[in-house]
Amino acid sequence: MVAEANVSKQNLQRQRTLQTLRTVFMPLGQLLLFIVGSAAVLGLIVVVVAFFLSRSDPKIMQTAIAILPQVMIDGMVRGFLFATIALGYTMVYGVLEFINFAHGEIFMVGGFVGAGVAYLLMQWGLLSTLPWIVFIVIAIVMGMTVSGLLAMATERVAYRPLRNSPRLVPLISAIGMSLVLQDVVRLIATSSPLGFNARFETPNFGKPFQIASIPLGERAIPVQISPKAVIFIVAAMLMLLALNYLVNATRLGKAIRAVAQDRATASLMGINVNQIISLTFLIGGALGGAAGVLFGMNIGTVNPYMGFIPGLKAFTAAVLGGIGNITGAMVGGIVLGFLEAFVASYLSLFTGGAFSGASYADIAAFSILILILIFRPEGLLGESTTQKV
Amino acid sequence: MAKNPPHTPETGLWNQLNAWMTKGPAGYTFLSLYTLITSALLITNPRTSLFTDIVFVLFLLLILAIYRSRLDMRFKVGLAVVALGFVLPYFGTLNPYYIDVATQAGIFATLAMGLNVVVGFAGLLDLGYVAFYAVGAYLWSIFSTPQIGNMISGATPVGEGWFYLFIIIGLMVGGLFGVLLGLPVLRLRGDYLAIVTLGFGEVIRVLAVNLDKPINITNGAQGIKDIERPPLFFAPALKALGFNLDNNQLYQLFFYFMVLLVVLITMLVVGRLKNSRIGRAWTAIREDETAAIAQGIPLVRMKLMAFAVGASFAGAMGVIFASKQLFINPPTFDLLRSISILSMVILGGLGNIPGVILGAVLVTLLNLQILPRIAEILRTAKEAGLPIPQSFDPTQYQRLLFGLLMILMMIFRPEGILPEDRRRQELHDHDDEPVEGQA
Amino acid sequence: MKRIVSLIVLVGVLMSLLAACGSTPAASPTAAPATAAPATAEATAEATAEATAEATETAEATPAAMTVVEYILATAAGMTPEAAAALGTIKIASQSPLSGDQSALGTGIRNGVELAIEQANTALAGSGVEIAFAPFDDQAQPEVGSANAKNIVSDPDILCTVGHLNSGVALASLPDYSNANLVMISPANTNPKITESGYANAFRVVGRDDLQGPIGARFAQESGVKTVYILHDKTDYGQGVAEFFKLEAEKLGIEVLAFEGTDEKSDFSSILTNIQAANPDMIYFGGLYPQAGPLLRQARDRGIMAQFLGPDGLDSPELAKLAGDALEGTFYTTVAAPVSQFPNAAQYATDYTTKFNGAAPPFSAQAYDSAAFCQAAIVTAAVEANGKPTREQVLAAMKSLPALSGITGTYSFSEKGDPNPATYYIFSTNSDPALWDQNELTSKIESAPPTE
Repeated sequence: MVAEANVSKQNLQRQRTLQTLRTVFMPLGQLLLFIVGSAAVLGLIVVVVAFFLSRSDPKIMQTAIAILPQVMIDGMVRGFLFATIALGYTMVYGVLEFINFAHGEIFMVGGFVGAGVAYLLMQWGLLSTLPWIVFIVIAIVMGMTVSGLLAMATERVAYRPLRNSPRLVPLISAIGMSLVLQDVVRLIATSSPLGFNARFETPNFGKPFQIASIPLGERAIPVQISPKAVIFIVAAMLMLLALNYLVNATRLGKAIRAVAQDRATASLMGINVNQIISLTFLIGGALGGAAGVLFGMNIGTVNPYMGFIPGLKAFTAAVLGGIGNITGAMVGGIVLGFLEAFVASYLSLFTGGAFSGASYADIAAFSILILILIFRPEGLLGESTTQKV
Repeated sequence: MAKNPPHTPETGLWNQLNAWMTKGPAGYTFLSLYTLITSALLITNPRTSLFTDIVFVLFLLLILAIYRSRLDMRFKVGLAVVALGFVLPYFGTLNPYYIDVATQAGIFATLAMGLNVVVGFAGLLDLGYVAFYAVGAYLWSIFSTPQIGNMISGATPVGEGWFYLFIIIGLMVGGLFGVLLGLPVLRLRGDYLAIVTLGFGEVIRVLAVNLDKPINITNGAQGIKDIERPPLFFAPALKALGFNLDNNQLYQLFFYFMVLLVVLITMLVVGRLKNSRIGRAWTAIREDETAAIAQGIPLVRMKLMAFAVGASFAGAMGVIFASKQLFINPPTFDLLRSISILSMVILGGLGNIPGVILGAVLVTLLNLQILPRIAEILRTAKEAGLPIPQSFDPTQYQRLLFGLLMILMMIFRPEGILPEDRRRQELHDHDDEPVEGQA
Repeated sequence: MKRIVSLIVLVGVLMSLLAACGSTPAASPTAAPATAAPATAEATAEATAEATAEATETAEATPAAMTVVEYILATAAGMTPEAAAALGTIKIASQSPLSGDQSALGTGIRNGVELAIEQANTALAGSGVEIAFAPFDDQAQPEVGSANAKNIVSDPDILCTVGHLNSGVALASLPDYSNANLVMISPANTNPKITESGYANAFRVVGRDDLQGPIGARFAQESGVKTVYILHDKTDYGQGVAEFFKLEAEKLGIEVLAFEGTDEKSDFSSILTNIQAANPDMIYFGGLYPQAGPLLRQARDRGIMAQFLGPDGLDSPELAKLAGDALEGTFYTTVAAPVSQFPNAAQYATDYTTKFNGAAPPFSAQAYDSAAFCQAAIVTAAVEANGKPTREQVLAAMKSLPALSGITGTYSFSEKGDPNPATYYIFSTNSDPALWDQNELTSKIESAPPTE
């Protein structure tokens, strides 16, 4: 009997572990599915359009195919950027039903902290001697800490006193907070050696990885991905896994979900709602900070106004994926990233230079937002799988 | 506010003084003296200086004092007409700078009142309001300059006399754009709406920058210059009366009165709307959408109406702005502009027309006069060796100021400087209860 | 209670932030590039030698001109004591962004004018002529510029304006100056529209984009470039100069692979993919250094090794800071060489550094010259009017000034107000921000403005 009980207990244990593993890793599968899916769909559209256009100019088809893999990689990197920022929006929205307008600035602060850490390391002469992985860990941890605490502080100062006010009130306060953070960071940056446009020093990561080489005429176009981009993608995936584990398999996660579902009841169950909300801001802010560090490292420069537009697009991504849904935010980010990369790279090619693709990418992003809100307000992943954070 | 008893009991020296000075014989004497002294100081010191700046601000505050006082309506109107209709324009002929500031304040007052219809009355947060302003400005700029020939080959610009018609067209096109944006998005929840309108504002700006190809519609980043001005039909009459002014001064006066007129019309229309069936429907929607539907209010139609009304004022003002400014380019219509209009509305008092005008005047003065003046003083202090951080310059930190203003106003006085009665009650009826606790 | 707590927290956060900036007085990057580098490097010596050589060449063509200061002194000497007594207060105004992103350049302009006025006043001490200075901040915004212009016009003592860093602001303010017949002389505006819009009162001491662009294109052709990919930043300045570059490049038979605008500030990956596919010999970027820096760095990271050329918007040590080693193979055309390149400007550079404690930024020497020409015109007009001149008289005097040599070159104004001839420079960059002043001069071209 005892042995049997033990066995069944073991079974139960194993089942539970399996369950946990599934909830943690499932979203990754979903994400991969969407990456492959949107790449395939957009690629197909490009090929079809190029096919029709190539009747007049055969070069279009060649070029379109030749840059396709590179565009997909660009789109994926961009997508993971939006995705990591979108996680912060979606967490806060899930709990408070409130758009934390200042989240883009939290992201920017992360970038600045990373640049500052890199600057200090360089001043101390450690940048080139330190192993690159140590550098990345230090920068990300610092970025996450500062951004997370800052997000918590903004909530405490600007949002908590307004929690019971009409909806518009905290939203306006959040817009104000976003402006304040931009200029405070600017004030600090311009009075420090970093400057308004701060250079993000990095150790030498080496040359980009050459994946393939596609012949175009007499030349070959390389398909490459830079080591920084690989780091970005790997780190983003790790963050998604960690967040999933935290939300779905820990007591804290359970508390967060409870608060999201019903604040009053959760408080009756002995959950300290204020604390949970603070923690949600901390986690969301930390994720945004990490994204800021990774992004700054990837592009090499940070400035105090760089967070606003990515923040806006990340919100679009969160809505696109179904706001309040963690996997949805990632998926929305990826889809949006792909879309922008495709528009930016192909629009001018297909219109013979009449429309400059890079300029219309923003319009594409906002049009998608409007379309999604009209036709599928619950987002791509839909209500059925929506699990409020 | 004149009619309603004040919210708080009148205690304290300031309130007693206030009460004494705003009514009765003391009030008449005080206001008349105030007008007389500030006017005399302005006219005798026409050169731009710190002193004139201060007098100018005091002079504008006079209007507020007149409005807040509890005196005979005829006296109040008469005093306002003297101040705004005679003293300020005459001062403008002596120093064109101040009347330009007053004109800009008027433009922003109209914009703020328009946005107030959307945000204050109907409770729909619009972060892309400047887009409608841009539409109006570009409309007149394109049609009144040879730019039209770039867009439609062979077309020639319309004559200057069309200006008045174009104000009406700007009004309608602005409204049309409001409906166009409103139709798809008004079913959205409040905070989604904020983001979508913000996106729309950006889209319009991006389009203004990019629509020089494939067809040159907006002339892209180069902007449009030499925008036509309306004919000076009143110039001969003024000359006959013995006023010898050059064209430049005439245009300044013209735009000043034009803007003043539009401000008055807007006040009238918005004021009427507020107390009409429509206005009450908007309030109902703002307070509780579900309850409003239950009351049989056509939600989407009312929201659309708010959007269209707000947008049409911006469209009409855009036409006047382009003509006054002679040159426009896309950066004039960026997000910061939308946000500064919003902060005017919030500062002055969401929903309250005089409050919103006060907010617009204050923010404009802050931008054009007060901040640069402080910056100048700081620079002088820095040159004198005082320890002021090199990078700290108040004109440079408008965002910080607007941001702080928004947060602090939301936390401490969400109803604004001159609150609307209903909103004040609504926002402060919880004051006695602890704010702590859950929803 | 809650609210008071949060207010205290807010104030506390802000105070600590302010304290944080206060406690790091280490550097002030908005203000001017590093300290003045002593002109010792060989590169400079060579470049200066080259520049002087070319300058003497041109000097042969036109007979040696009088310097502005000599002219002012000579003219002022002819003034009667009564006239000098009747002058009263005379002011020269300056308008440039003293705040905002571009305040480093704008402050340089203001300081240049101040220095010119101060030095002239010292030189004129005996003659009774004294000129006052009225600086204005246009915040790089058109409406602020035009509001200030009304302010300037309303002060009858202001007889000349040195102004505007940004063409958009100048175009918005010019109608007001023009109404009052007030001379505006620009130390920095390269947009052709400034002098092509029919304003009789507009002058400038710098070249024009419709020459700067083509000069870049000719440089590209001379360096053997066959294909070029043109990018611009979608501003009036960047797009304008890129379009002129494109026209000339096409004329010269260089294949223009694309002409694309972007206001992206950070992530250029999509554009770089297209550039990689197009594989140009040269990338031309019409825009400013904050965008050019990351663009260059990302391009070199991707292994795009094409030559990189841009207009004077790239002329800032910040570019070296942002791009670093990626600057290899980067050139820029400019109308404002660093002061260390002007044979006559060495004194100016020293004076500037002594007075304002930092190296003179680009356009500051031009502002100095602009102010000097203002003074020359005012003094000439004062002698003719035998007392305080009107703005119309100053304008007429400005138009009739002989060719005079300032510290940045010899100028006489064409019918439209353009300098005739203007000097254009092409520099190659070096990756050390501190040595930006010593960028190598690749060539120096003098060109007359189009007359049509």
